Amino acid sequence: MLAQPVESPAAAPVLVARGLTKVYRTGEVEVVALRDVDLDVAQGEFIVLLGASGSGKSTLLNILGGLDVPTSGTLKFRDKTLSGAGEAALTAYRREHVGFVFQFYNLIPSLTVRENVALVTDIAEDPMDIDEAVARVGLAPRRDHFPAQLSGGEQQRVAIARAIVKRPDLLLCDEPTGALDVQTGRLVLEVIEQVNREIGTTTMVITHNAAIAGMADRVLHLGDGRLAGIDRNARKISPAELHW
Amino acid sequence: MKALDIKLLRDLRLLWSQALTIALVVGSGVAGYVTTLSAVDSLEHARDSFYASGAFADVFAAVERAPRAVVDELRALPGVADVQVTAEHAVRIEIADVTDPIIGQLIGVPRERPLAMNRVSLRGGRTEDGPGPALADGALPAWVSENFALAHGLTPGDRLQALVNGRLRTLQVAALALSPEYVFAGSFGSPDRRGFGVFWIDGDAMDAAWDMRGAFNRVAVKLAPHASERAVVDALTRALAPYGASLAHGRDDQVSHSMLATEIAEQRVLGTIMPAIFLAVAAFLLNVVVSRLVATQREQIAALKALGYANRAIARHYLQLVGVIVALGLAIGVALGKWLGTMMLGLYAEFFRFPRFDHILEPSLVWVAAGLSVLTALAGTLGAIASTVRLAPAQAMRPPAPGRYRPTLLERMGLTRLPTVLRMILRQMERRPWRTLLAAGGVAAAVAIVVLGNFFRDAVDTLVDTQFNRSMRFDVSVWTLKATSDRAAGELARLPGVTMVESSRYVEATLVNGHRRERTQIKGYATQPELYRILDVDGRATDPVGQGLVLTDRLADKLGLRVGDRVQAEILEGRARTLTLTVDAKVREMMGLNAYIDRRLLNRLLGDGDLSSGFVLKIDADREPALLAATREMPRVVGAFSKASLLRNMEEISARNIRIMSGVLTAFAAVIAVGVVYNNARIALAERAWELASLRVLGFTRTEVSALLLGEMALVIAVALPLGMLAGWGLVHALIGALKSDQFFFPIVILPRTYAWAAIAIVAAGAASALVVRRRIDRLDMVAALKTRE
Repeated sequence: MLAQPVESPAAAPVLVARGLTKVYRTGEVEVVALRDVDLDVAQGEFIVLLGASGSGKSTLLNILGGLDVPTSGTLKFRDKTLSGAGEAALTAYRREHVGFVFQFYNLIPSLTVRENVALVTDIAEDPMDIDEAVARVGLAPRRDHFPAQLSGGEQQRVAIARAIVKRPDLLLCDEPTGALDVQTGRLVLEVIEQVNREIGTTTMVITHNAAIAGMADRVLHLGDGRLAGIDRNARKISPAELHW
Repeated sequence: MKALDIKLLRDLRLLWSQALTIALVVGSGVAGYVTTLSAVDSLEHARDSFYASGAFADVFAAVERAPRAVVDELRALPGVADVQVTAEHAVRIEIADVTDPIIGQLIGVPRERPLAMNRVSLRGGRTEDGPGPALADGALPAWVSENFALAHGLTPGDRLQALVNGRLRTLQVAALALSPEYVFAGSFGSPDRRGFGVFWIDGDAMDAAWDMRGAFNRVAVKLAPHASERAVVDALTRALAPYGASLAHGRDDQVSHSMLATEIAEQRVLGTIMPAIFLAVAAFLLNVVVSRLVATQREQIAALKALGYANRAIARHYLQLVGVIVALGLAIGVALGKWLGTMMLGLYAEFFRFPRFDHILEPSLVWVAAGLSVLTALAGTLGAIASTVRLAPAQAMRPPAPGRYRPTLLERMGLTRLPTVLRMILRQMERRPWRTLLAAGGVAAAVAIVVLGNFFRDAVDTLVDTQFNRSMRFDVSVWTLKATSDRAAGELARLPGVTMVESSRYVEATLVNGHRRERTQIKGYATQPELYRILDVDGRATDPVGQGLVLTDRLADKLGLRVGDRVQAEILEGRARTLTLTVDAKVREMMGLNAYIDRRLLNRLLGDGDLSSGFVLKIDADREPALLAATREMPRVVGAFSKASLLRNMEEISARNIRIMSGVLTAFAAVIAVGVVYNNARIALAERAWELASLRVLGFTRTEVSALLLGEMALVIAVALPLGMLAGWGLVHALIGALKSDQFFFPIVILPRTYAWAAIAIVAAGAASALVVRRRIDRLDMVAALKTRE
């Protein structure tokens, strides 16, 4: 829950990862997707994860979001240890603390905009008002439309509204603009940036699009499963200024 | 093996659980068909060969006593090929340690000429002309009907007593026997192995006992080819009229033959209706599963086309897949049908006895079953396969257009405050109305089948309750050999434990209205019967208070009689007389074709004095054995029947058979329910795995996600239950209509327990399928769902 005021990035970290390693075994083949990653994520921070396909960025995001567990290493969310947590604990973690935005939106086609958002308020403890969330992403006029009646960008904004309505501690976005054109993508990024700025939600965005990195407080570079480098932006630029 | 065949096998391996459930539904239908119709074929075959080998007569008649000289006259009647006369008598049988009364039919086998008709087959392959004369100690050798002997554990050499014309004689079992005349083991049209036996004894001994030398009282006639049975029956009736009580009739009125015929006719109806339902459900399941399969394989189909496969080859590929499933179902069905059919013959063998009774599975039956299964498969899948195969390759390469949703009817009607999950379920169902309807229809069919299977139990219970508890309020009924002075009622009243006696007189008669004739018994009852009441199907009593007859409505209809009409009654007992009676009332009785009258009025009309031929007794509890023993000392009494034993005998066979039948039908219905629920849930899961995984990512628990998918199944079942109960009610009515007979008015009573049981069985089957699908929901791959577009 995000009751406390926005703190500076230097404050106590929300997520602490030490030696995170993920190995996938398919038959006799072993693929190391993540090798020994150490990471502290501060409250309210905006992080962009950059890397090519297969660099391990999605694996890292999935583990941080409680969709997957590491093969070795530890991960703590505040005082909760997530590495080695069971199914029920991970479900509860996602339910209470994490908001996801995906490349393909993952909306429920049989529900309208408002109802897709309501899906989360139904199970969250202290959600914001549905209409407020829908308004934040600029979809108030289209709130009773079904996904099939919306453009890609609009659908992605519904996904964002659905992710933030529970006031998550973490907003995790996996290639949120991957399926969108530049114009629409910029609009979606503006919404994400605005959420981070106004509500103070700790935000991580995965992308292979280096141009987006300018929005971040910190940029993490992943390659071959390792954390290859960390850049800190002295000045964040607004999505409107981004070009790709 | 061709690549396409390998694909076929791989697809089947992937679909194995769904393929199996569909094969089982097809198998249930085929099994139902093969079971009943093979049993009926076997029954007919055994009957026909026994009738041929035993030279079963075509026309039967009974007289009081006629001289043998008449035989030549009868032989000369037009249409008569052969005549056989015998002497027969019903007697009381006593076996050590058996308290229940036993009626024995004694048949004299003439010494000088072996039986030419209704020939007896002896067990153990023995062939003898007759049972032989009395033994040195006076005991009479007797061939004993096999079923009776088996029920009492009698073997050759065992002895029993028969009250032969007032004198107790010892009979010694010479052999176990079967006769085409007594294939059905029972008396008064209800199965009874213990209370009724047939005994063939030496004809001379029989003649001596009843003073029937040079005379006979039974006639069997073989018709000449193409002779009219009706004409012969009439001629015979006229020729025998001077000899008292001539009751000529054809095979249709012969008890054993008509019981066999009824059973065969009923099973033919059942064996047609039930499999039709199963195959319809199987067609639906195939449709759902195959539509889904070809939809998921659109891109593969496009690729095959791009590679140059013709439409026909692709269609054949999918039809082969269906063919394998149906062939599996056919194999299961035929094997199961053969097994159940053999089992059914075992049940039949308890009351239908033949020298040879083998299960026959006619190849034609298997071919018809195969043809029906193939038609089912084609009806279910041809449309789905054809539409996909016809797609242009480029079009097929693209994924199908995303589903369009809209608010449900309920919401459009203003009910907007539905929970989100329920809303999703309802919209999903409304988006595929046909699938939802067919799924509900399939489950409803299962419910209806369970209702039907258990209805028979309700009907028999109701019949038994009406008949044995509410109509027959006596404890013991006593029958005399001939109508006797009603003073006997006073004697019976003085026997131990008797609290009430009611007299009745039964007279054989033919009722005639114009050209319509019906043979029946006129039953003279007390004016206001207390112990043996005339009840209609609703349990209302009618008393024979007026100056005429009370008729079972079916009998009145057969005779074309309405209340107030006059009817001629030709009395077939003693001196030939014709009474003219009015119809006072019609009553819708459950069993029989009865004509009731006030006993005193009947006696007055006949001018025979105050006579009775039967008495019903109410007795103190636990005095029954003493009372039955006392009646045995009364020479005029031919039998005293305990109502409790009658009931027990009837329930022993009927109740068990009905339990087996309802058990088998419930199992079959469960197969349907599992088939429908499981396949629907699997397909819904396949189609919506992506959506469900997305919800899991959002933090929905496994239980919540399962509720979403299985909730749809629960709703389908909830809708199907009342529909199925209604359909069951309709099915019962249709079936009873198809099984309508003169003898019975089957009460259409479906007790709440039957509906409850149907609901429990189907919900259990649904829950079991849901659990299996639930395990798959638990294994949903969340990460994969996020990587692919729907």
